[in-house]
Amino acid sequence: MPDIRTEEMVINMGPQHPSTHGVLRLKLRTDGEIVTHIDPVLGYLHRCFEKHAENLEYPQVVPFVDRCDYLASMNNDHGYAMAVEKFLGIELPERVEYIRVIFAELQRIASHLVALGTFGLDVGAFTPFLYCFREREMILDLFEMTCGARLLYNYIWVGGLSHDIPEGFVEKAYEFLDHFEPKIKEYNDLLSYNKIFIERTADVGTLPADVAISYGATGPVLRASGVDWDLRRDEPYSIYDRFDWDVVVGNDDVGSVGDCWNRYYVRVAEMEESAKIVRQALDQLPVDGDVKEAIPRKIRPDKGDLYFRSENPRGELGFYLVSDGSPKPMRVKMRSPALANLGVIDEIGSGWLIADVVAILGSLDIVLGEIDR
Amino acid sequence: MGFLEHKFNDNIIVGQVDKLIGWARSNSPWYFQFGLACCAIEMMSAAAARYDFDRFGAMPRSSPRQADVMIVAGTVTMKMGLRVRKLWEQMADPKYVISMGSCATAGGPYWQHGYHVLKGVDLVVPVDVYVPGCPPRPEALLEGLMKLQEKIKKQKTLVKIDE
Amino acid sequence: MTSQEIYDILVSQFGDSILEFSDEPLAEYIIVDSKDWYPIAQFLHDDERLVFDSLMNLSGVDFGKKADQMEVVYNLFSMSHRHKINIKIQGPREDFVVPSVESVWRMADWFERETFDMYGIIFEGHRNLKRLLLPDDWEGFPLKKDYEVQEYYHGIRVPKVKPKKLN
Repeated sequence: MPDIRTEEMVINMGPQHPSTHGVLRLKLRTDGEIVTHIDPVLGYLHRCFEKHAENLEYPQVVPFVDRCDYLASMNNDHGYAMAVEKFLGIELPERVEYIRVIFAELQRIASHLVALGTFGLDVGAFTPFLYCFREREMILDLFEMTCGARLLYNYIWVGGLSHDIPEGFVEKAYEFLDHFEPKIKEYNDLLSYNKIFIERTADVGTLPADVAISYGATGPVLRASGVDWDLRRDEPYSIYDRFDWDVVVGNDDVGSVGDCWNRYYVRVAEMEESAKIVRQALDQLPVDGDVKEAIPRKIRPDKGDLYFRSENPRGELGFYLVSDGSPKPMRVKMRSPALANLGVIDEIGSGWLIADVVAILGSLDIVLGEIDR
Repeated sequence: MGFLEHKFNDNIIVGQVDKLIGWARSNSPWYFQFGLACCAIEMMSAAAARYDFDRFGAMPRSSPRQADVMIVAGTVTMKMGLRVRKLWEQMADPKYVISMGSCATAGGPYWQHGYHVLKGVDLVVPVDVYVPGCPPRPEALLEGLMKLQEKIKKQKTLVKIDE
Repeated sequence: MTSQEIYDILVSQFGDSILEFSDEPLAEYIIVDSKDWYPIAQFLHDDERLVFDSLMNLSGVDFGKKADQMEVVYNLFSMSHRHKINIKIQGPREDFVVPSVESVWRMADWFERETFDMYGIIFEGHRNLKRLLLPDDWEGFPLKKDYEVQEYYHGIRVPKVKPKKLN
């Protein structure tokens, strides 16, 4: 065979693409079908969140924080509210803490349902998408009953909540949990142990544990690589130390530790654990208490700075606040988990086929609103 | 109707060609899924099982060349605005644009200090229907689609329009 | 290990480069001189008593024209020893240069690019210091306190950042 001169091709997986989960552009350098280098281009959704936060007072920043990671709004609100409360040193009533945990965990289930549904869509399965959104609509009904909104709530305020839970909420929540727990088995039958899905995702895009820590990857991506680290258990905030649940770590039953299948499976198992936490919180919910009594009239923290982190469905969400004594923050930096998770794409995506890059990107579960802020 | 009556069997319908074309086009608006931000999740919910988009004949297409309607769902930034224009130009005539959410209508909550946010997608493409809300409920998007269907039905294709 | 012990270990190794130490609540930090930052970072990562293998966050702060100071803050954490420390590097508002630590903690790669994009702080030794979020031909550094937007970008009018007074 005579020597054929080959060249690398640059393919643009552009900002508009059905599988990039938002407006992300990947410049792929490929040698035939095999990808040699991935160069992400970000910023197509840069909405100047940090500039807004410097010009608004502390409570007014909460709706903007919502819109950064729009699939996990309750967790974003929770993280920001806890950061400012730590700054001010406020104590919260018990009922507020329990309701916050219930909503945060329900939101975690809803966010993982979207992640699973769209991952199935990327890999070629359309049915799990419809099934996941069916359960998600039931959770959104619960949210709408309480605060009126389906997607972006502005519910968890600094020092309390905006509305108390209505009558009938607890019964409806128990009904939802009884309906949801058998469905995990249905998802496992449909997708997790499906032979085609396993061939598509097992042993693809393996991420070693030390590389994950160096890149700052957190959340299910880190736990799937075998590192047993969860902020709710290891650095407990709010009242998470009162509940009994397990942290799910990647295993090598199907494929190897740190591949796409494990990143997917950790999310399925986490939904089950979150349902356990919600059930325990509903059982222990105190019946009386005012949700608005600890909201301060004027928020004017002392000079200083603080970094506070909490566990988002995507990983470690951190807020770095700098105050100069005025009612408006001097600097609010949001350390977004999806930005750190996306950093590993060049390490684990190179050397695979283009179709595998789609599966790897889907397993990292990114939300562009949070990356670009 | 005079000389045509009772001449043929009862399965012949007489009408205007424009109305037939308008009826056919409005009942199959294949939309170009251009979800940018939070409104994209509500668009996906509208396409899922509870608020079914498919019963209106609307199928999601990923390529602009196969689509009739472009639903701009989410905030359009300066960097993305150039690409929105390019994609709109790649769609084949007749094409329509639905601007979903308050970010695509007028900049949304980012109007005040957003240096990188385009205040309304109608600065780059012509818009037919505006759907307000932050984010609009799926039912609001369905109403926007129904208003677009009425607009398509009334469009004249063969009748000469006085300039 | 407490912050005081970490500070003592650093002073015994690097002496004059460690400028200041504070242990108050809401103000725990160690201020470091920027010219020795790269060897200090490697020491923090590799030494067995410290093992700061996880960079939690990297951000820039602008204190405004009156104070005439900018800062880069590194929040570090050790996964094995479970202790934390905050390192700050201070500098002027124009021509602020800091050595890059992206070969020590790979996460710093994109976080430093973002700080350059928003503040104009140059990170020396970075393999690819380009803008991350804004387009490559954007003018100015937005998060500085005295930022003025450009008039037009590719023919589209850029909205003014300073708000009009609403009556």
